Order: sequence, then structure tokens, then C-alpha cells
Amino acid sequence: MPPAVEVTALSRVFVGKSPVVALDNVDLDVEEGELFGLLGPNGAGKTTLIKILSTLLLPSKGSAKVLGYDVAKETSKIRPLINMVSGGEISGYGLLTVRENLWMFSQFYGIPGKVANERIDALLHAFGLEDKADVKVRTISTGQRQRMNIIRGFVTDPRLIFLDEPTLGLDVQTSRAIRDYIRTWVRSQEGRTLLLTTHYMREAEELCDRVAIIDRGTILACDSPEGLKRRMNRASTFVLDTTHFDSSVISNIAGVKGVSAEAMKEGLRIKLVVEDESAISDIISSVGASGGKVLGLNKSEPTLEDVFIKLVGRGLE
Amino acid sequence: MLNVRAAFGRAYPRAIGAIREPSWTFFDVLLPLLGIAAYIYYYRALGADPAFEGFVVLGGAMTAFWLNVLWGMAAQLYWEKETGNLQLFLVTPMSRMALLAGMALGGMFAAGIRALSTLLLGILLFNVNMVVVDPLLLVAVFMVTLIAIYGMGMMFASLFMLYGRDAWNISNLLQEPIYLVSGFYFPVKALGPWVSLIAAVIPITLGLDAMRQELFGPVANGLMPVVWELTILVVLAVAFLVMARWSLEYMEGLGRKEGRLTLRWQ
Ligand SMILES: Nc1ncnc2c1ncn2[C@@H]1O[C@H](COP(=O)(O)OP(=O)(O)OP(=O)(O)O)[C@@H](O)[C@H]1O
Ligand SMILES: [Mg+2]
Repeated sequence: MPPAVEVTALSRVFVGKSPVVALDNVDLDVEEGELFGLLGPNGAGKTTLIKILSTLLLPSKGSAKVLGYDVAKETSKIRPLINMVSGGEISGYGLLTVRENLWMFSQFYGIPGKVANERIDALLHAFGLEDKADVKVRTISTGQRQRMNIIRGFVTDPRLIFLDEPTLGLDVQTSRAIRDYIRTWVRSQEGRTLLLTTHYMREAEELCDRVAIIDRGTILACDSPEGLKRRMNRASTFVLDTTHFDSSVISNIAGVKGVSAEAMKEGLRIKLVVEDESAISDIISSVGASGGKVLGLNKSEPTLEDVFIKLVGRGLE
Repeated sequence: MLNVRAAFGRAYPRAIGAIREPSWTFFDVLLPLLGIAAYIYYYRALGADPAFEGFVVLGGAMTAFWLNVLWGMAAQLYWEKETGNLQLFLVTPMSRMALLAGMALGGMFAAGIRALSTLLLGILLFNVNMVVVDPLLLVAVFMVTLIAIYGMGMMFASLFMLYGRDAWNISNLLQEPIYLVSGFYFPVKALGPWVSLIAAVIPITLGLDAMRQELFGPVANGLMPVVWELTILVVLAVAFLVMARWSLEYMEGLGRKEGRLTLRWQ
């Protein structure tokens, strides 16, 4: 069986006044049945990759196959088998009700009316949106709209679905409901594959069988969340709490692989990935030298975020 | 089957839109009527043949379709791109012609309601007399005209998909001159043979001319015999549909290559 997604030496350049290399020689396989995550900062190339795989954009170089078919030449084979939803999208027509919008999109896949309506009912129920089913789309909230969009993706029962930041800007409860559904959907039938992109480490860690970390158009690592964390073996991760100071000096210290500073109420919370624990003493003295004060230091278990900081050299949020 | 379903799916919101928003319909009916009234009193003041009042009512009714072609077909894919729908349409397996056919069907329905109300109210309010010369021919001319102008709209839609803003300006630019050149409110022959022949490339010109001849007889001062006009309209309809299909495919390919089917932030 061919992989669900097979990307080989794929590049995408946007030509213009200043050309942008959105994807640079990417190799990536997603197996059938996998719940796969693309994790990367803004502008990493996640959406570009999804657009190429969903036949909206051509590769500049290299090739991409979806469910065994070439995205450049065999679009008519691919399109019936896939669907795509992006976070925060505004789809359909505000004048139509939620149900009518979902029905309209299902018709673009030629799904018989009765089947479509049954699926729509089941999905509205699964996402707790039944009470909004017959309400005009322009009157529902962002979170409700986003749930409708996700339903639109699943209503066509795709073999492969692309979700571009499905939980972007949603509250904790809605995000959890979506994640739960995603998990059950992939597992409940063989041969269903899901590729999502996300900004949220926790989401990738909790949800995905495998995660590819992408930055500036390049895949830096691709493994299961556990596998990625195991790569941290030699590096250690610390959480350093300090008063406010200019933390940029830390990244220049020898042995420091990555720094991510977050402003808290009382000061800074700095996540450190160091190759060698002896670097810590240099770091602490540099805090003092730059006018800061150490409030606390803790060694932490590596998380996906630490892997990310180590690979990308900076934090996500 | 997929494409039939898809076309109906896309036609649905348009048809519903016409029914669900009665306040829009009110303005859609009232505004054209005001325009017609202005022309009619103008012709009356000039002491023109009463048939001219009929021309105006017919032109006013057909305006509904023409505006729908310009703004609801040609400009539509530009809107769809701006709102983010275009990419969702394009990832689906439906044929792009089915998408546009659906838009056209729904648009014809919505515009049809407006056209009919304009026609009926116009006839009632201004006592217009029409004698149908050959009903079958009239229906044929009307249908083929619709197919031809919507075919033209489809072709423009594909251009708008990539060249939205520029095409938009052109559409704006064309709206008024075409009112004049296509003879919405008077026999186009009055413009002289050359202008009217050139205008005949725009199918609404020939369609209006033929319908005027069918409804008002010799006063309509037709450009050519109706059967000729019908033949040319059939050729135009087929040509526009073929070009639309080809152009859609080409523009989609170009858009995928240049990354212009979607907006950057979508
Ligand atoms: N149509 C386009 N024309 C020019 N540049 C583009 C276009 N689309 C994307 N880019 C550029 O390509 C790069 C990758 O963008 P992409 O949208 O794939 O990033 P992303 O990983 O999805 O980011 P985000 O997390 O912000 O959504 C960015 O620098 C972006 O500005
Ligand atoms: Mg993105």
C-alpha cells in the first residue's frame, strides 16, 4: 500500500519582488492510518505544504503524492478522496443555515442527499451544534463556525483529511471536543489518515502519532513525540525564573542550544536547553551581570516544546 | 451525477437568497422601475412612438439578467476568493463548469424573479402593448440569449479568478457603455450599422434586438432577421461556453503555479 502522503525533494518558491522559499527540499512520508502533525512557527511553510497536498498549489520542484497519486497531474483522482479545513476560515454563505451550508458542500462531492443529511445530523450531534443547525451562519459565533467548518471536512468521509490549525483561537472545551473527535475518527476505521498543522505543542504531543518539526521551509525532525523527546538525551532542560532583564545575552553562551523567555507578572520564565549542565553556572552569572536576579531554577522533564526550542533555537509562542 | 448535484448545490444559496431576503427583492424591483419610469417620461415628452415605452420595459427587465451576469457571474469568483470560499470549492472533485453552471442557474432564477416583476409592473403601470409574433421563436431567442450572456459571464469569471481587481475595474467601465451600445432602451440600429455590428459581439445586444422584433414587430427596426440573430446567438453561446471551459482550466493551472488561487493569509 502506498503511503498516504509521499513528499520527495519538494520545494516551493513564491516569485515576486523578493522571492520567498516557503518549502526547501522537503522529504516526508505519512503512512495510511496515521495521525500526523506538522509543528512550526509562523511562516514555517505548513500551510504551503497543505495547499500543495490538497491540489491548490503546484510544487516548484520535486514531487508530492497523495494516496498514491501525483498532486501535479492526477488531481481528479485525489480530490474525491480528500478534504481540507483551515482554522478561522469563513466558509459558505452567511445567508444559509448551518445545515444548508454543510449540505451545499456535501453536494460538491456528489453525496446523495439522504446520506449527506444523515451524516450531517450525526456530526452536528458529535460537535454539540444541533441547536444551531437551522440558524443562519452569519449569526453564529466564531467557535460555532469553526465547529461547522470541521464538520464540513468530515461530512464527505474522506480517506485523508488536512486540518490547518483546527483549534486556532478556540476555547479549551471546544478544542478538546475537536481533538477527541479527531482521535476517534482516525481510529474508528482502518485506512483513515489525518494530517494537521498546529502551533500548540500540547496538541501535537497529545494527539499525534508522529510529528514533523518544520521551520523556514525545512523539516528539522520527524518522529513520534516520545522519539523526539528521546533525542534530548544528552541535552538537559531547565526552567529559570528571574526578574526582568535583557535575556538575549543567554543565547550567546557556549553550550546553550535554545532559549525561550516568557514575561510573567513577577519577571521572566526562561526555558533553557543546554548541551552541558556546566553551562548553567555561566548563565546564572550572566543574569547577574545583565542586571537580573535569579528567583528560581528547576530541572525539567523534556517536553515537545524543549525539543522544538532545541531544534529551532527559539520558542514558539 | 456528481456535477449535477454540485450545480444544484451551488444554485441553492442564490435561489434561497432571492426568497429569504424580501427587503432586497423590494429594492431590486423598485429601483429598476424608477429607472424605467425616467426613460418612459423622457420618451413621452419627446413624443416618441409608444412602442419605445415597450422597449424600455423590455430593456429594464433584461437588465436584471445583465447585471447578474456582470456582478453575480463575472465578478463572483473574485468575491469567492476574497471570502475564502474559492479554495474550498477548488479542492472538491466537482467540475469547475458545474460550479459556474450552478451559479448561473441560481442567478437566472433570482434575476428571473426580478425581471418578471419588472416586466409585469412595467406593463401594468405604463400600459405597454406587446404582440407576440412567434411565441416559440421568442422563447428560443430568450433562452439562447440567457445561455450566451451567462456563458460570457463564465468566461469572465475565470479571468476574475486571477485578475480580480483589474477585471473589476473593467467590468465597472463596461457597465454604462454597454447600456448604451447594447440598446437596452432603444433599437440598436439607431447607432449606425458599424457600432451595432460590433456591439453584436455582446450577446445581450442581439438578444434584445431579436426580442424587440418578436414583441413589437416592424417598429423595432431590427438589425437583421430574427432567425439570423438566433443563429448568431447560438454560435456565440457555444463559443462562450467552450472558451469559458478552456479558460477556467487554464486559469486554474496558472493560479496553482503562481499561488494565486488563494490569498496568502488563508
Ligand atoms: N501566495 C504567496 N505569495 C508569496 N509568499 C507567500 C504566499 N503564500 C505564502 N507565502 C510565504 O511563504 C512562507 C510560508 O508561509 P506559510 O503560510 O506556509 O506558513 P505557515 O507555516 O502556515 O505559517 P502560519 O503559522 O503563520 O500559518 C511565508 O514566508 C509566507 O509569507
Ligand atoms: Mg498557516
